[in-house]
Amino acid sequence: MIRSVMVMNTQGKPRLSKFYDYQVSLSSSSSSFFPVEKQQELIRSVFGVLSSRAENVSNFVEADSIFGPDTRLVYKHYATLYFVFVFDSSENELAMLDLIQGKFLNCDNFVIFFVETLDKCFKNVCELDIVFNYSKLHTILDEIIFGGQVLETSSTEVIKAVEEISKCSLSLSICLSFLFLMCLLESASNAIALVSKSVSSWRSR
Amino acid sequence: MAGSSIMETLFQRNLEDLIKASRQQQVQESLFISKSMDEIRREIKSTDLHTKSVALQKLSYLSSLHGLDMSFASFHAIEVMSSPQFLHKKIGYHAITQSFNDDTPVMLLITNQLRKDLNSGNQFEVSLALECLSRIGNIDLARDLTPEVFTLLSSSKAFVKKKAIAVVLRVFEKYPDAVRVCFKRLVENLESSDPIIVSAVIGVFCELSLKESRSYLPLAPEFYKILVDSKNNWLLIKVLKIFAKLASLEPRLAKRIVEPICEHMRRTGAKSLMFECIRTVVSSLSEYESAVKLAVVKIREFLIDDDPNLKYLGLQALSIIAPKHLWAVMENKDFVIKSLSDGDFNIKLESLRLVMAMVSESNVAEITRVLVSYALKSDPGFCNEILGSILSTCSRNVYEVIVDFDWYASLLGEMARIPHCQKGEEIENQLIDIGMRVKDVRPELVQVSRGLLIDPALLGNPFLHKILSAAAWLSGEYVEFSRNPFELMEALLQPRTSLLPSSIRAVYVQSAFKVSIYCVYSYLLHRENVASSIGYGNQASEVSESVSKKECPESSDLTSEAPAFSEQDEGFNPRDSNQSFEDPSTENNGDVIVTHAQSSTSASLGKSSFTQESIVNLLNLVELALGSLSGSHDVEIQERAKNVLGSIDLIKKEILNPVVQEEQNLVREETEAFNAVKLMRDAFSKELGPVSTSAQERVAVPDGLTLKENLSDLEMICGDAQLPLPNTFSLGSPQYGEKVDEPLSDLQSKDKSESLNESTSLLAEHRKRHGLYYLPSEHGEIVSNDYPPANDPMSQDKVSEDAADLVKLTEQSLASKKKPNHVKPRPVVLKLDGDEIAIAAKKPGLNGDTLSGAVRDVLLGNEALPTSSRSNSSDKPPSKKKGKEKLNTDLPLESQDNLGGEEMPGGTASSRKSKHRSHGKERRHKSLGKNDEQKEDNGQKETQRSNHRHGRHKARQKADGHLNVVAQTPVIPDFLL
Repeated sequence: MIRSVMVMNTQGKPRLSKFYDYQVSLSSSSSSFFPVEKQQELIRSVFGVLSSRAENVSNFVEADSIFGPDTRLVYKHYATLYFVFVFDSSENELAMLDLIQGKFLNCDNFVIFFVETLDKCFKNVCELDIVFNYSKLHTILDEIIFGGQVLETSSTEVIKAVEEISKCSLSLSICLSFLFLMCLLESASNAIALVSKSVSSWRSR
Repeated sequence: MAGSSIMETLFQRNLEDLIKASRQQQVQESLFISKSMDEIRREIKSTDLHTKSVALQKLSYLSSLHGLDMSFASFHAIEVMSSPQFLHKKIGYHAITQSFNDDTPVMLLITNQLRKDLNSGNQFEVSLALECLSRIGNIDLARDLTPEVFTLLSSSKAFVKKKAIAVVLRVFEKYPDAVRVCFKRLVENLESSDPIIVSAVIGVFCELSLKESRSYLPLAPEFYKILVDSKNNWLLIKVLKIFAKLASLEPRLAKRIVEPICEHMRRTGAKSLMFECIRTVVSSLSEYESAVKLAVVKIREFLIDDDPNLKYLGLQALSIIAPKHLWAVMENKDFVIKSLSDGDFNIKLESLRLVMAMVSESNVAEITRVLVSYALKSDPGFCNEILGSILSTCSRNVYEVIVDFDWYASLLGEMARIPHCQKGEEIENQLIDIGMRVKDVRPELVQVSRGLLIDPALLGNPFLHKILSAAAWLSGEYVEFSRNPFELMEALLQPRTSLLPSSIRAVYVQSAFKVSIYCVYSYLLHRENVASSIGYGNQASEVSESVSKKECPESSDLTSEAPAFSEQDEGFNPRDSNQSFEDPSTENNGDVIVTHAQSSTSASLGKSSFTQESIVNLLNLVELALGSLSGSHDVEIQERAKNVLGSIDLIKKEILNPVVQEEQNLVREETEAFNAVKLMRDAFSKELGPVSTSAQERVAVPDGLTLKENLSDLEMICGDAQLPLPNTFSLGSPQYGEKVDEPLSDLQSKDKSESLNESTSLLAEHRKRHGLYYLPSEHGEIVSNDYPPANDPMSQDKVSEDAADLVKLTEQSLASKKKPNHVKPRPVVLKLDGDEIAIAAKKPGLNGDTLSGAVRDVLLGNEALPTSSRSNSSDKPPSKKKGKEKLNTDLPLESQDNLGGEEMPGGTASSRKSKHRSHGKERRHKSLGKNDEQKEDNGQKETQRSNHRHGRHKARQKADGHLNVVAQTPVIPDFLL
């Protein structure tokens, strides 16, 4: 399964982090997932490893020292961002790399990839998109990876689902903003009425 | 109220504002975050759900990316999650999945909301709830929501169905009994026409079989169908993962899948699938020669690819296959060696492992030569990787691959000189280890040590100090092999040794002591011989004088030389002296030396330089160098330095005495000094040998020693008793008995010489408190009475595997007061270890067993159902005995081979047993309502439990029903035969 997904920039600032790991509960005492401090520590150590790696080297890192036994880490460097997937032996290394970018898994109906999907969603994704679309990013990721397993390998399907979900949410927020506007107008007209009243009273005086 | 909340909403910063603001204030990020947190804390208490949800969203953002604790908001998250609005719900669920864990107290409150959402008509709401369950599901949630998950498994919407399938993994993990309910539907989904659904199911099975694969053997036909028919690479990869596990359990299955896998290898263009095929072949199908050959060809393609990822994975595949098919590595040897200088650390490391796999007796020298030259060129990190793997490979199974130890000793010396070397400790251990294990290598070791010691530059590198300590010890211990002890002495006493840490300096001092004793002893031996030969010569000359001078030219030569020797005693140097004089003494000396087991060459070399002058110079040098150390603040150094100075003082008086005396006198006086030196020399030249870690256990308890049966109260003493020990460990690793002994007897000797240091005072204090564990003190002193203090460590160190010697040894070491403490903690530690392992092993085992047990039970029930499609898919007709084989998956599989027409009694027995088991369980559930592993939630949810017991009970009844069917008419097509 996939243990964790991280996106961070080349300065080590996390842009997205998601931990699916509940296997840890067997080794560490009771907590079934990483507490936030631990997560931050993991992100830092991953960044420490990645930043020390040169360009044009292989994209795999043995992550046993960071994430415990039987873990692998695959990363891809795009512009100012690192995309990092941590996984165990039940995933194929190259397939994981495909999940980020896509080069080896060339079969007809499944062309996927996290970055590609992001690209399609944000029209040429850049770091700013990822910074400002925190919840959308999570929605996309949740559609691809569910509980540590890859469930959707078609970016069109993902985009379809994401769009529907945001429609669901959007209708509400439009309604809400409409309500706010109404309230605003109401209070404004009240204020105007108030002013005009006072003006007229002043005049009449 | 409404107005105020609207105003709040209006002026609230939403997530985007927060992010924007945070980007503008990068300088004082922590301040900004704490401000925002105050704001969030205020807003989240709002009664307006929208305000609350926005605050929660901001909070989960900060928590996820800045690592802030959001547990305080868990109740608010539940409130937001229960909102009818989808947007709120989404934010709420996001916060919950991110922050809840088993310790969250309000976890219980979300069960009902989850159930409501799982039953919702909106597929996105269902999906949110499933996602939540898959991330935070615990035993309670898994148990209580199993019926809902079961319903969703047959949902008409693929969007929901695939997530329901994936969530099953978590539910099974937490609540194995759910297997009885859901497993059948899960398997049915394998037949689905939607590839997404099938891939989700296979994903679940892949995870499940990773933990325990035997239970899923009966599903092999389904998996096989996918392997042959599917065109989906993702799916194929997962199926291959499952088969890799199953094939190692069932040889016949392996036979069946070899061909399809090879087919995939030949056809596919997808590297990921290719790699998975290769990995399956090299790890699980390595007996099939043709498949392995094909895989190796494909690996080669990976290796020559430009993509470093493929290179890396290719090397990795090679290292999987290396133990079984070394030829595959040999074939690519050139490439592997070349990869050592690749720019990619991963590739370098992987090829290093492969190179190490190729090491054998015949090529070890060649390979290490190449590696060391690589190590010299590469960066510090990789250099040490290389050195580490050389050291570990060469020392494997007690230096199995090493034939030429002289070479290895010089290699160790060479490695120590590599600038980045940080493997000091390992090299130190090995130097000493081979010194003790391999007698023949000692001269070479001393030679190597000399090289290391006389190089002042090495003293400046702290990583090498450990090696220097070993070198110093070796050259002290085996000084008789040294070609030039004086040079060694200078090296040991050179001023730059002040750079060494005190523990290692103490080793230097001790070694200097050994060397000087050796020199003095050799000198005295030599002088005695000379003296005796002179005596003989004089007598001869007297005789010859009285008889005839010409009769004995040799003795006349001697007589002419002898006075010269005794007169110009100081300046005497055999090297310059007459050859005719040297010959007989060499003979004499040679004899003595042989009896002392010294190599005659080095002895004759050494002997030739032992003159009065050089010895005096040597002793002066020692006095000069160690004089300042006698005031050292480190007790260990001070102690040893004082010992050395004391004995030198003793010796020097004797030696400096002008020996221009009558020969008889000379001989008599010499013997006193000689005896003292001889005693020390004897002690130092006692052989040290390695002791097995279990040696102590084989020693019988000596008479008169009453050991307490129960040592539990020892535990509290052990802590402080062992405290001083690490300081005194100067060299070697604790696995050697004599190393353990050394500090102990050092303590003892210190005790005797009445110089108090912290160890002895601690010991004394300890003895006062726990006198019970000590032997009477006089006993210890009696034993060590006869020897000078410095003698003790070595006299106890004569160790051999011989049991009799060991008994003697322990008698001696038991006499040292420290020993009982030292011996006893070990069993205690061992016991603790065992307990820990047992506990650790128990914990995961429990869950896995229940899960796989449940799976097996259900599979049997499941198979019994009239799954016509499956029985059709197989060409073999269903038969009774085969069904029983399925039941017997636990039994040795060979039994299936020779299963003819006759009934297998085991089959019925086990099926009956399993029936009994489930019946028993059912009964237990009726009365207790709980399984064993759910004890902890007893009394927490009485009402819900009773509700659910019905549902579960029904399901189990169903399963039992199947089981009964199985027992009566097992209809399972055997795919494997």
